[in-house]
Amino acid sequence: MAKFDRKRGKETPAISTASLPDIIFMLLFFFMVVTVLRDAELKVRVIIPYATELTKLEKKSLVNYLYIGRPIEKYKDIYGTKPRLQLGDKFATVGEIPLFLEKHKVTVPESQQPGITSSLRVDGDVTMGIVQDIKTQLRKTGQLKVNYSARVRPPQ
Amino acid sequence: MARVRSKDRLKNEINASSMADIAFLLLIFFLVTTTIAEDKGILVKLPPWSDQPADVQQFKTRNVYSVLVNAQNQLLVRGQEMKISELRDKTKEFIANPTRREDLSESPKRALISLKNDRGTNYRTYLEVYNELQAAYNELWEEAAFKRFNTSYEQLSNANKRTIRNEFPLVISEAEPTSYGVE
Repeated sequence: MAKFDRKRGKETPAISTASLPDIIFMLLFFFMVVTVLRDAELKVRVIIPYATELTKLEKKSLVNYLYIGRPIEKYKDIYGTKPRLQLGDKFATVGEIPLFLEKHKVTVPESQQPGITSSLRVDGDVTMGIVQDIKTQLRKTGQLKVNYSARVRPPQ
Repeated sequence: MARVRSKDRLKNEINASSMADIAFLLLIFFLVTTTIAEDKGILVKLPPWSDQPADVQQFKTRNVYSVLVNAQNQLLVRGQEMKISELRDKTKEFIANPTRREDLSESPKRALISLKNDRGTNYRTYLEVYNELQAAYNELWEEAAFKRFNTSYEQLSNANKRTIRNEFPLVISEAEPTSYGVE
């Protein structure tokens, strides 16, 4: 017994690391696939309100985002403090929404176009005036699936 | 020429031990830039645009549950002030009308919620109110699912979900907002 053990202890082979790159690459590809690079730098302050009856938005490629909030400190001198709309990475007016939606629509395969959702990411302190104007514009454009972005209230 | 080729053959194995390091670097980059947090929210279907405002007058008064939110974020439900915390239960009572009261809806199918806000209403308040109305329906659907199929609403098949939704159709009509409290 003792002899047997000693012999095996001496012959411990080095663990082969040849498959390590493959494992890492697998992880890498996983993260590459799930990654959505932050596309828009927020120019308005958006703190999303809490809600309880939430639905998850499934397909990210079918969602376009409209940000509504007051301009952040940096842009206050130019754009004032009234709530503004941000489309993509720049300030926009309500009239620019149809073009924005159309630009997103052409990136979606035609069979999936009925599933396009507009996610309104609206700051809680914004008054309803601008939100109402945007809703009206969305209705006129025919974009009826809308998501009021909200988050789960953290437990106290 | 032949000599060169033999030299090549000697060197033809590329050292791959740095491959893992390169992959690690890429991996860490993607780990940092990843945002897995998905978007959640209250999904609504807006009514198609029409130039004529919807006529609520054609419905009987007892079937209409009017909810008004003013620019001071106060709630007026059927002519009476109400707190947001009460709204859910009151709405459920209105829709289901379990005690067959004369002033509440005739049947869930005829119930209609009319929501009207001011342009000066806070978005947070608006969403809270909308959330409560949605919650009232969600709870009714949940109760109906347990009564009829003995499971929770989430686990039902789409057809069964539709049956329940037809029994308690969610109708929230939003009127053109008033503009007393414009910023």
